[in-house]
Amino acid sequence: MKKIENFFTSAITGSLAHIIKRDDIVWWKAWGIRLIAIVLALIVCGIVTVSLTDLNPLEMYATMIDGAVGTSRLVWNLFQNTAILLCVSLAVTPAFKMKFWNIGAEGQVLAGGLATASCMIFLGEKLPTPLLILVMLISSILAGALWGLVPAYFKTRFNSNETLFTLMMNYVIIQIVAFFTLEWSMPKGSGTPRTLEFGQLPTLFGQKYLINILIVALLTALVYIYLKYSKQGYEISVVGESEKTARYIGINVKKVILRTMAISGALCGIAGFLLVAGTDHSLKSDTAGGRGFTAIMVSWLAKFNPIFMIFTSLLIVFLQKGASKISEVYRLNSSFSDIITGIIIFFIIGSEFFINYRIKFNKKEANV
Amino acid sequence: MIITIIQRAVMQGTPLLLGSTGEILTEKSGHLNLGIPGIMYVGAISGVAGSFLYENSLANPAAINPFLAVFIPLICSLLGSVLMGLIYCFLTVTLRANQNVTGLALTTFGIGIGNFFGGSLIKLVNLDVPSIALSTTSTIFKTPLPFADKLGWFGDIFLSYGFLVYVAIIVAILSSFILNKTRTGLHLRAVGESPETADAAGINVTKYKYLSTCIGSAIAGLGGLYYVMDYANGVWSNNGFGDRGWLSIALVIFSVWRPSVSILGSILFGFLYVIPTYIPNISVSAKKLFEMLPYVVTIIVLIITSMRNKKENQPPAALGLPYFREER
Repeated sequence: MKKIENFFTSAITGSLAHIIKRDDIVWWKAWGIRLIAIVLALIVCGIVTVSLTDLNPLEMYATMIDGAVGTSRLVWNLFQNTAILLCVSLAVTPAFKMKFWNIGAEGQVLAGGLATASCMIFLGEKLPTPLLILVMLISSILAGALWGLVPAYFKTRFNSNETLFTLMMNYVIIQIVAFFTLEWSMPKGSGTPRTLEFGQLPTLFGQKYLINILIVALLTALVYIYLKYSKQGYEISVVGESEKTARYIGINVKKVILRTMAISGALCGIAGFLLVAGTDHSLKSDTAGGRGFTAIMVSWLAKFNPIFMIFTSLLIVFLQKGASKISEVYRLNSSFSDIITGIIIFFIIGSEFFINYRIKFNKKEANV
Repeated sequence: MIITIIQRAVMQGTPLLLGSTGEILTEKSGHLNLGIPGIMYVGAISGVAGSFLYENSLANPAAINPFLAVFIPLICSLLGSVLMGLIYCFLTVTLRANQNVTGLALTTFGIGIGNFFGGSLIKLVNLDVPSIALSTTSTIFKTPLPFADKLGWFGDIFLSYGFLVYVAIIVAILSSFILNKTRTGLHLRAVGESPETADAAGINVTKYKYLSTCIGSAIAGLGGLYYVMDYANGVWSNNGFGDRGWLSIALVIFSVWRPSVSILGSILFGFLYVIPTYIPNISVSAKKLFEMLPYVVTIIVLIITSMRNKKENQPPAALGLPYFREER
């Protein structure tokens, strides 16, 4: 017993082995480690699913694939969901690169959605559609940026904790949206959200969601270029690496923080605009649907690289769609997909350790 | 009516108090555990599952053993939430993963577990019951202190709650005491303020981080258990717990990282929660605006504490930062 206890304490405190930071790792090794993590995660998910539904694992993954890409409608659905999640992930990325923990994306998306919906309701009959859509877009950008700027302002002015501040801002806007959803619902107070008739985004080539996907594709390219090649993008990485260095070389850190959070919020606002005007044509307090939080994981898993984010967001949406198919077929609760997503993210998060560090086991004598 | 309002405010506040006490202990070690909402769901559902299996294994619900009826869900709940705490610790302390990402993933996972098992438990164990309603267990959890109904308003306000309310208050006072008056608390605060210094002084940083997070998770999990067993009368409903987990984190800020302040804060939050019910002719939509108040108040407190910039009212200095011994 004592021996086991010793083993655990030494495993935890590190006298059994010690950890060395890797200088650099070749890209194929890094991706190999991630691949192993995903495979392990899929095995664990398989075990969990099989123990709950008693079907064989291969059948289970077939059901998942069927649920995600089984019909062309499902494929479009998958792409549209990926696009929205990708848009929110792109939005949080500049802030994260700056080490500003914006976990208020959920609220910033809703702020954009609320602005869009109010334009659709109050200006719907007064403006021609193209002009209306432009007004919707601009107001959603402004609303999202405003919701992002408030915590940024207090961060730069008084050094308030931005993680906690942005988190609280989410729930303020959620309740505001819940208020307006009830106020605008038809019949009033019933809670059924009103379908917004005016200002819906146009259907391109007979595909309802195509315009959403195209807009997000464009944004992905823009954010990639902005972060990688622009002066402002460079300033963001310097501030993220070390605020002191940034100040030393003459970067106005406060300005960078405010500007970046405005961009971050504005992109979230666009995601809200796409959700309300392009996808749902209505506004509910769960319109953002937790994407603000999922996006943080997507962005982080992709190492803040917009191109990799396409794949990570696709992976997450694929898993969610597939897992909800399983729960539908076996009449289990739909939250099953959250469990699967959670397990996979845990494994990928864990795998980062093995990419950044290597473990060197100590010689037996050293352990006594 | 005032007595009923106070009673309901305390009952609303108790899950928040347990959640925030747990989160304060965790944050004092420098870990911002955003997984608390998920942990509270898991604490609730593990207790429910244990109690559900126990109740349904009895032929006659009247023959329930009061000790086991409390003990089984309590142990299950603690186990469930400590397990969640361990996942968080393993990833953030041992594997040095990002705290925010891990915490949010833990919340997704935990709420998923809660709603999944809450919705599918009956089907999974093949029982023929319409819903999870643990009324017998709930009655035991709700048993007030003796003399509660004999002492008039005093009994109603102070003695009429189930035992978990008193546990919550005792735990909060005890945590305050340990944090401020004992050597262990001093070490823990040192770890949260400056892990490098603590490490150099010979404090086992990893051990403190693990212990405070796991104990914190266990306490927070009890908040979930209280909600479902006492407040919700033993009836599980999916997402019924709502955003109380996030409110607990708000309460941490509101009480400026002090469990003892948190006791009053939780009652205030509970008060804000129940007050719309007592305003005559209030519309359903205006109620939503009232639910916004605790968060607005929290934001104001956050701004004021950062403006006044007093040292003792700040978050732990190393909150959210990873600690790598090799990278000092």
